[in-house]
Amino acid sequence: MDSQVSQVSPDEAMRPVLEAQDIARVLTRIAHEIVERAKGADDVVLLGIPTRGVYLARRLAAKLEEITGTKIPVGSLDITMYRDDLRMKPARAIGRTEIPGDDIDGRLVVLVDDVLFSGRTIRAALDALGDLGRPRAVQLAVLVDRGHRELPIRADYVGKNLPTSLRETVKVQLLEEDGRDAVLLGQRTVQAAAQ
Amino acid sequence: MKRHLISAADLTRDDAVLILDTAEEMARVADRPIKKLPTLRGRTICNLFFEDSTRTRISFEAAEKRLSADVINFAAKGSSVSKGESLKDTAQTLEAMGVDAVVIRHHASGAPYRLANSGWIDAPVINAGDGTHQHPTQALLDAFTMRRRLVGRDAGLGKGLDGRRITIVGDVLHSRVARSNVDLLHTLGAEVTLVAPPTLVPVGVENWPCEVSYSLDEVLPKSDAVMMLRVQRERMNAAFFPTEREYSRRYGLDGARMARMPEHAIVMHPGPMVRGMEITAEVADSDRCTVVEQVANGVSIRMAVLYLLLGGSEPAVTTSTAARTEENK
Repeated sequence: MDSQVSQVSPDEAMRPVLEAQDIARVLTRIAHEIVERAKGADDVVLLGIPTRGVYLARRLAAKLEEITGTKIPVGSLDITMYRDDLRMKPARAIGRTEIPGDDIDGRLVVLVDDVLFSGRTIRAALDALGDLGRPRAVQLAVLVDRGHRELPIRADYVGKNLPTSLRETVKVQLLEEDGRDAVLLGQRTVQAAAQ
Repeated sequence: MKRHLISAADLTRDDAVLILDTAEEMARVADRPIKKLPTLRGRTICNLFFEDSTRTRISFEAAEKRLSADVINFAAKGSSVSKGESLKDTAQTLEAMGVDAVVIRHHASGAPYRLANSGWIDAPVINAGDGTHQHPTQALLDAFTMRRRLVGRDAGLGKGLDGRRITIVGDVLHSRVARSNVDLLHTLGAEVTLVAPPTLVPVGVENWPCEVSYSLDEVLPKSDAVMMLRVQRERMNAAFFPTEREYSRRYGLDGARMARMPEHAIVMHPGPMVRGMEITAEVADSDRCTVVEQVANGVSIRMAVLYLLLGGSEPAVTTSTAARTEENK
């Protein structure tokens, strides 16, 4: 199933590397790591990067609440307007930015995304945060780190390190958006490469 | 979406809803400590104003600056235009200077269309009002204000104005606002009724996607929004109604008339208002009047239009929603 087979849908040609229970376990671990590093989670704000980062941030917030017994604010941070490749592609629809509470000044902001790749999305997210306020610190949690960084950025919490080749593609599916939880690895199709 | 924004009639329903949804996000920027986005950094936009309009110009300028674009303001008065330079020469000058977009306000209907389709200039053209023809960003900000008030700020996302009844009252003949609004509101699914003295109803109105009535009192009780138009005395070259008092009595909105409107209904006005003529001070200052909101919404709408036309290598495609590929994570 590793190679791209013709006559099958792209999803079928992809190999799952994380299943639903793996994703749940990984998120629980990240939640514990956040509590441990932040010594509690009193000033933590989780900001998910749309689309799937937001769902992951909500799930993490629920787990943090289970662990600490306190409600963790969770929001979303759309980075479309801060991208460095805006001029190379057709203008795209912008997503939702929602900052929970009054502001993020003095808080520990944990950015949450599904896949960490070139690092450019996170660079844009850091720029966007700078316009929104001044957090005490910013950390990054990702479900999958697939390597190939183009900027000096690394994640503080990684669900799974997944060394990939540039010819491969990583796809995260979440129940809320795709009807199932899975991380899939496959070969990049010509169509996807052209995007 | 097309490359230019010349007429509200050019917008498909998907385009219009995309602009309104984008504007909703842009409106949030106004609530932030830093009201600026880096999106159009390095782009130069020229506001080409052949006709005076402080309100529209500063609204566009605020939108452009919030998106970090470089802004050139060009007023025809005191420029080479008053020395006899043609639109073509002005356009070619701007093209040579490498302008990335042109916002044009012109007293002649069709000037923006000519600019966009003549090949004089390669940049996207945004119509900021041409003669008695169109004012698409005004229609968009009006629709945005209606959707926020009548459907709800978050509840309205992705939606049009289906089934809402909108009444536009006054000098329809000289009003580009009325024309643009009829086109856009129809696209968004609203039912529009024009109310005007017979002399101020344009020829061919029967081909417009709207109803026409001569009695304001009959239409008011079934309106969700009532938009009062300014009586454009500067465009009137003949006697269109006997006296101002007569006009006010039949087509002006006062407190008593406003009380006949449903409770949720709003009063709109594109500004500038002539108090005592088409609208009384009592109505203009009431909570139901959205004039100030419309001004604030104008900046958000213009940011959305500028972003969608200029933010990428080509204008936004309405078919794909936020399809984020993973290669740039």
